[in-house]
Amino acid sequence: MWDAVRRVVALIRKELLAVLKDGRTRYMLMLQPVLQCLIFGYAATLDVSNVPYAAFDRDRSEASSALLAKLDGSGAFHRIVNLTEVAQMKRLIDTQQVLLVVQIPPDFQRKLSQGEDAVVQVIADGRNSSTAGTALGYVGSAVDSFNADWRSDHGLAPPPVQLSPRAWYNPNLDTRWNLIPALIGTITMMSTLMLAALSVAREREEGTFDQLLVAPYSPTEIMVGKAIPAMLIGVVQATNALLVAQFWFHIPFAGSFVTLYIGLILFLLAAVGIGLFVSSIAATMQQGMLFAFVIMMPFSLLSGLTTPINSMPPVIQDFTLINPLRYAIDLSHKVYLEGAGLDRLWPDLWPMAIIAAATLSAAAWMFRYRIE
Amino acid sequence: MTPALSTRAPRMAAKARRIWALIRKEGRQVVRDPSSFAIGVVLPLMLILLFGYAMSLDVEHVPIALVIDEPSAQASDVAAGFELSPYFTPHRVASMPQAQALMLAEKVDGIVRLPADFARRAAQGDANVQILVYAVDANRARIIEVYAEAAIAQSAARQAAEGHDDAAGGSAVVESQLWFNSANDSRYYLVPGLIVLIITLIGAFMTSMVVAREWERGTFEALFVTPVRSDEILIGKVTPYFVLGMGGVLLCMVSARFLFNVPIQGSILTLTGVSMLYLLVSVATGLLISSSLKSQFLASQVTLVATFLPALMLSGFIYDLRSVPLAVRLISYVVPARYFVSLLQTLFLAGDVWSVILPNAAFLAVVAVVLLALARLATRKSLG
Repeated sequence: MWDAVRRVVALIRKELLAVLKDGRTRYMLMLQPVLQCLIFGYAATLDVSNVPYAAFDRDRSEASSALLAKLDGSGAFHRIVNLTEVAQMKRLIDTQQVLLVVQIPPDFQRKLSQGEDAVVQVIADGRNSSTAGTALGYVGSAVDSFNADWRSDHGLAPPPVQLSPRAWYNPNLDTRWNLIPALIGTITMMSTLMLAALSVAREREEGTFDQLLVAPYSPTEIMVGKAIPAMLIGVVQATNALLVAQFWFHIPFAGSFVTLYIGLILFLLAAVGIGLFVSSIAATMQQGMLFAFVIMMPFSLLSGLTTPINSMPPVIQDFTLINPLRYAIDLSHKVYLEGAGLDRLWPDLWPMAIIAAATLSAAAWMFRYRIE
Repeated sequence: MTPALSTRAPRMAAKARRIWALIRKEGRQVVRDPSSFAIGVVLPLMLILLFGYAMSLDVEHVPIALVIDEPSAQASDVAAGFELSPYFTPHRVASMPQAQALMLAEKVDGIVRLPADFARRAAQGDANVQILVYAVDANRARIIEVYAEAAIAQSAARQAAEGHDDAAGGSAVVESQLWFNSANDSRYYLVPGLIVLIITLIGAFMTSMVVAREWERGTFEALFVTPVRSDEILIGKVTPYFVLGMGGVLLCMVSARFLFNVPIQGSILTLTGVSMLYLLVSVATGLLISSSLKSQFLASQVTLVATFLPALMLSGFIYDLRSVPLAVRLISYVVPARYFVSLLQTLFLAGDVWSVILPNAAFLAVVAVVLLALARLATRKSLG
């Protein structure tokens, strides 16, 4: 038993040396999570803020300026030009200089004063329809707020119903709060899966696999020796991402670190299992890496990272059940933002354990099969 | 005929023959390797199906819990507003704790609560409706909030109109038009945008790995002692991936048009031309990275961070660049994918708008030339 441990430790050391001996690779592995968190954290927002719009105010009245002031004050928009003729509208939108053109008709104030409804025409660039949709939502809120002011200023009854919205777990509706904790799992999966996929393929390509086979190692020991280094690197990467979340983006951590790491380790086991399985079928490093990438792609797209799982078609939702990243993202949200304890995380933990057990034993079987 | 010309012609022919031989050899290697089939055919198909069928950024049929503390005509009217809305699937729940349990279990994404005194206070004009959203997904939460507000505002307006007729007064109403995407379908930009991902993967990721592998194994140096020149080797190496990449583009165009009914307003010729330009940029990036790093793992990781990630995040493909902080927007100006996405969105949805096409295509052309020159320099220098 003690001998087996010593042998595995030696293999782990050798494996870590093989990956980390190159200084450039060391930097890459450490910096990558930080870079990804920063790029995603700043770029990945589906919200609109400060987007350019053009106003075509044909009324030039007190009411129309009040409405435009509401739009300017919403924070979502920023007026870059006041149009004077219809012809300018098309060019501005075609060349993507503005996202919206707001057109106020000449009889806007007159109609409102007469107690009639007045139409505000909004034209949005739909080349990115979700940005356009969100922007139109903001226009709607600004117009509602204008209406409420107009009514109270003109002695009309205020709108009968007020709303008090409240957002759970993310009071300011900050996209980063959702994204960065989810990245902890996503980034580490990418690297651990690739490292595991390369580990055996590298030995094959360099011709050292046969040497490993004649060394006094059992297939299980080889597996453990290949799995642990990839997991160690994964844990360090996860920690880097966590540090960025806490000290750069200041996202408050509601749960316990012990819980988070227990979940992460289970998740990394599953990721390494998949990687080792890929490694056992790949003949070269290039194949290992490309297969890993082809597997990683649907896993990361169907994890709930970019689009919610419950708006996917049922077949795809069923497929996500075998995706360890799905559980890891759910788990890190629950621990990080909601402060959930292990009792609430059970639905995430056991599927990851099953995936890990299944892929690791499949990989072990493949090794044995290939050896014999 | 001058002697110079007579020797140049056979020399050119020999060069072409050498390149052709290399292309054939590389092409065979690509066809035989299952991993290039995986990334050249399986991955594009998978991406098209996933982006086309599985991923949607459109918010509709959101499950919400509706808590009505005391039934009344006014409350039913608000409830009807939610039931009629295409954005919500409301579930009536008897009490607040029950609704909260549903939300914690992620069965519903929001709770709308009409308090016990709703009807009485609505008559006085100061009723309050509580909306709680599960905001872990902030973007979805915001859209849900906006739609819920709209649903309630509409029923409030209906009640006001019925209650006091003319005294209600007029209000400003928004009439919106969505240009280039009247169907308001997120596939319209996701599927064309895929072309940028596929070209980046095949052009940059694949090339950088293949070439780094040659360096790692020393076969590049072995080729250098043959009469083949280094630029000929590069052309030979890269051509099959160029063809593979254009195949991916074709696959995307066909599926966008016929599978997902995304219109192609611009000309196919321009679309193909700018795709080739971006493919050249990608291939050159891959060559440059691999020739400078000479390690498969490192080259693949650097290519992912330097090309794939920016193509996904900083190109305007999913996330609109008009909303990001200034610093990020400045960085995005050096990301070639940004110019290509702008071209794709315009050519697919808006048409041949030359004031968009010319500057963007010119930028891509300049980047391609610069990167190819740098890649050639990196390859030559490493020989010494």
